Amino acid sequence: MAQSTNDLPLAEIRNYTMNFGPQHPAAHGVLRLVLEMDGEVIQKADPHIGLLHRGTEKLAESKPFNHSIGYMDRLDYVSMMCNEHAYVLAIEKLLGIRPPERAQYIRVMFDEITRILNHLMWLGAHALDIGAMTVFLLAFKEREELMDVYEAVSGTRMHATYYRPGGVYRDLPQSMPKYQPSKWRSHKEVDRLNESRSGSMLDFIDAFAARFPASIADYETLLTDNRIWKQRTVNIGVVPPERALQLGFTGPMLRGSGVVWDLRKKQPYEVYERMEFDIPVGTNGDCYDRYLVRVEELRQSTRIIRQCVQWLRDNPGPVMIDDRKVRPPSREHMKGDMESLIHHFKFFTEGYDVPAGQTYAAVEAPKGEFGIYLVSDGANKPYRLKCRAPGFVHLASLEEMVRGHMLADVVAVIGTQDIVFGEIDR
Amino acid sequence: MEQSTAQPAGTGAAIEVLAHLIEERVSGVRRLPSLAQDLAFEVEPAQLLTACRALRDTPELRFEMLIDVAGVDYLHYGREEWLTAAATRTGFSRGRQASAPPDPEMPGRFAVVYQLLSITHNTRLTLRAVCPQTSEPVVDSVAEVWACANWFEREAFDLFGIMFRGHPDLRRILTDYGFIGHPFRKDFPLIGNVETRYDPEKKRVVYEPVSIVPRVLAPKVIRHDNRYEPALKAPELPR
Repeated sequence: MAQSTNDLPLAEIRNYTMNFGPQHPAAHGVLRLVLEMDGEVIQKADPHIGLLHRGTEKLAESKPFNHSIGYMDRLDYVSMMCNEHAYVLAIEKLLGIRPPERAQYIRVMFDEITRILNHLMWLGAHALDIGAMTVFLLAFKEREELMDVYEAVSGTRMHATYYRPGGVYRDLPQSMPKYQPSKWRSHKEVDRLNESRSGSMLDFIDAFAARFPASIADYETLLTDNRIWKQRTVNIGVVPPERALQLGFTGPMLRGSGVVWDLRKKQPYEVYERMEFDIPVGTNGDCYDRYLVRVEELRQSTRIIRQCVQWLRDNPGPVMIDDRKVRPPSREHMKGDMESLIHHFKFFTEGYDVPAGQTYAAVEAPKGEFGIYLVSDGANKPYRLKCRAPGFVHLASLEEMVRGHMLADVVAVIGTQDIVFGEIDR
Repeated sequence: MEQSTAQPAGTGAAIEVLAHLIEERVSGVRRLPSLAQDLAFEVEPAQLLTACRALRDTPELRFEMLIDVAGVDYLHYGREEWLTAAATRTGFSRGRQASAPPDPEMPGRFAVVYQLLSITHNTRLTLRAVCPQTSEPVVDSVAEVWACANWFEREAFDLFGIMFRGHPDLRRILTDYGFIGHPFRKDFPLIGNVETRYDPEKKRVVYEPVSIVPRVLAPKVIRHDNRYEPALKAPELPR
């Protein structure tokens, strides 16, 4: 060893192996990256995942079908209802049932609300990671409003368990929860905050959709032409379209590379074929294009929400299928009628049997294609459940995307992939 | 890139045309009974790689995307956990898994299921390869056909112990460093085999055998429901 270095004219240079995460704030959770560096340039990146592995799929195999809906929220915990949607769709496909029209509109509306929730979280965190603090605060201000919508409809701010096979849990409420005056909030301030909450939930959502484009314009003012933002994102993590297909990219990651592919348009589920919206597509496949795609998706989601609100206002109706095998009896019946009580008990303990077979159901989740592969052997529990998480596939390409870039660009690429470990580790 | 704006896959006639085309162009595949709007094929494990290449490269098929790879363990397929014969005498214990143990060496216990997507033709396909009966379940790796198979196959290896011949880097991916066993196999207990705690005497985290007794909270029941028979093309099990 000593001899060989003597022969060389220069001092010995070797790669430096560095550990990134799992407690790094820019790792978006529990990502451990083993980076092999040549100076500040990445030679090799080996993501170590699984630190949040909870065995969701195995747990789901040990429970009746309806018990696992809540677990789906906890996969991609910033786009909760979209995960539920794929799971519920898979069950409905095997059962051969379709939810009533109103439930389909509600699902589409909440899918788009979820998309805005997710993209706002992504926008704030991505900007924060590469040095812009303000966007994070602005994004979270709007997010809070949508969280209130979640809470009003399901009782929880995040893990809603709102979609059920055969429809949704309940119809949209006629009123929104209101702020109360307190030591910290004067009557005047509370009145101002409650102004948009005086009507029904649909009024609140409509008001949000009306003013949200102005907020998007604010984010764009801060970022789109920002010199630092462009220096950090343009030509970083470029993926050509052919490679994006090879790597299994879906969602904004694929569209950022210029492939026109959106399940909502190409393989529409629920009532998406009745919605008017556009698919934004990038050209260069770099982090900046993916940013533009997602920001445009915020606008398109707002468009879809307004169409749904309009339809839902005009068309009252049932939100759950009238099939006693897949829906529980009402509380009223349960309290007064012995058979309904037995039915209720059996429904929530044993559940219902799903015919034997296998199916794959996918939705266009905010991060890409979220799919559920479901095998049933005719029992009241899934025989095998596999969640196809878009983040898992995207993270697998991390090494390819960051190789040759500087260390600081790893953060930009992790940000642009919109990674959430709940769905990657499952 | 050329894009198809045709109707999405799922219309009955289009499915039949595609199924016919696949049977014609791809060797070693057999159609599986599936739901009307899905298309599923079984592939001979020996011909997996050639079939996958044909599916990707034939211009009429063009399944250029691998969407998902799922391992499946069929050990407990169709087995119930609810013993009703001696129910009253044994009380709550009837929820336990007490029937005769399945044969862990049963043929075709493990399968790998691929979800393919054609962007060009807007079609989907489910492809299943049953691992041949050997001491270790092995199939060929499709990582050279679709790059994203790499991590999916690592996951199937980690969780089911299915080996992938020709895989560039077959390591565990989701479980802990130094984990023993393959947790998604049906004979692996839900609560696992080891638990961890901090040992104040040794001043480190120690692994110990689990202290919880495994139990079934909601037993698996199969009730034969005549309504569902026509939902499937063939009423027999799809395996």
